[in-house]
Amino acid sequence: MIFVTVGSQLPFDRLIAPVAAWARARGRSDIFFQHCGSAVDLSGFEHTAMLTPDEAARMFDRASVVVSHVGMGTILGCLERGLPMVLLPRTAAQRETRNDHQSATARRLLDRDDILIAWEESQLETLLDSAIIKATTRANSGERSVRISSHASPRLLTAVRNFVWDGVPPQNS
Amino acid sequence: MKRPRVLAIASRGGHWTQLRRLRNAFDGCDVTWASTDPGFAAEVAPQRFVCVPEATRWDRIKLVWSLLRVGFLVASLRPHCIVSTGAAPGFFALRIGKIFGARTLWIDSIANAETLSLSGAKASRFATLTLTQWPELGPALESAPSQTGNDNGKKTVYHAGAVL
Repeated sequence: MIFVTVGSQLPFDRLIAPVAAWARARGRSDIFFQHCGSAVDLSGFEHTAMLTPDEAARMFDRASVVVSHVGMGTILGCLERGLPMVLLPRTAAQRETRNDHQSATARRLLDRDDILIAWEESQLETLLDSAIIKATTRANSGERSVRISSHASPRLLTAVRNFVWDGVPPQNS
Repeated sequence: MKRPRVLAIASRGGHWTQLRRLRNAFDGCDVTWASTDPGFAAEVAPQRFVCVPEATRWDRIKLVWSLLRVGFLVASLRPHCIVSTGAAPGFFALRIGKIFGARTLWIDSIANAETLSLSGAKASRFATLTLTQWPELGPALESAPSQTGNDNGKKTVYHAGAVL
């Protein structure tokens, strides 16, 4: 299943429209759109404006590929499950976010195997095909995907624990 | 030191996901979680969860409503310590917490890789400690936070690892 999600703040039809067109061209109906109120015609597909945290978690669990903006909720959700993702950064110029932090984040995540960045809509088609191949190959070969831990780095955890206990955390906690 | 009362607060989406990745840091504490979607309660049960209204700077009424609700939460909980990964409600909690004498920690979202977020930059002026998740944006935090915190008149934003 392909899970397309754009977060809870603003619609992102620059992503939704080409992904829907791609799915129609490839004859795929195993796709779910969370679109935050899209103007795109999504007839024939399962879709909703918003998902509860619980519903979203179940979508991540069912998905083999995730398509999204460069949002950390989505990215961490995918990395924790070892899911390949295709991401299109929102830009300030197109009033999709307040600034271009999504592009900055995308540049720093490029080297991760499971993250495919589309810098413009025209690249989505190719990247979607690659992500599907990646997921299928993995499923067929039984290869375990690389998953990140579900916790922050030990260094940050230590810093936060020290802070919370004002520099003197209890032993063996 | 007695068991610290901690308020861990973040908006939904990436902010909340990052905050949840810190959960082990609160082992042994009396922690209350707060966020902007009631659906998160199940994720932290049996620990306490409080839903607060979201705020954006584009909507003044919501902003004031969020400020009041977060203010009420902080005033009634009186946490020793407040930790936030953003955004607006977390900022309010730190600001109000400061008035009540809480130690405050702002961890700027990992999504801010090139510059600190606007709220992070503002929070760094009064938060006890402000952390960036990118080494390019701040010096390494070496000593205990209580010794290097911004209370000493410094406005330094430190780096001490990331949620990733």
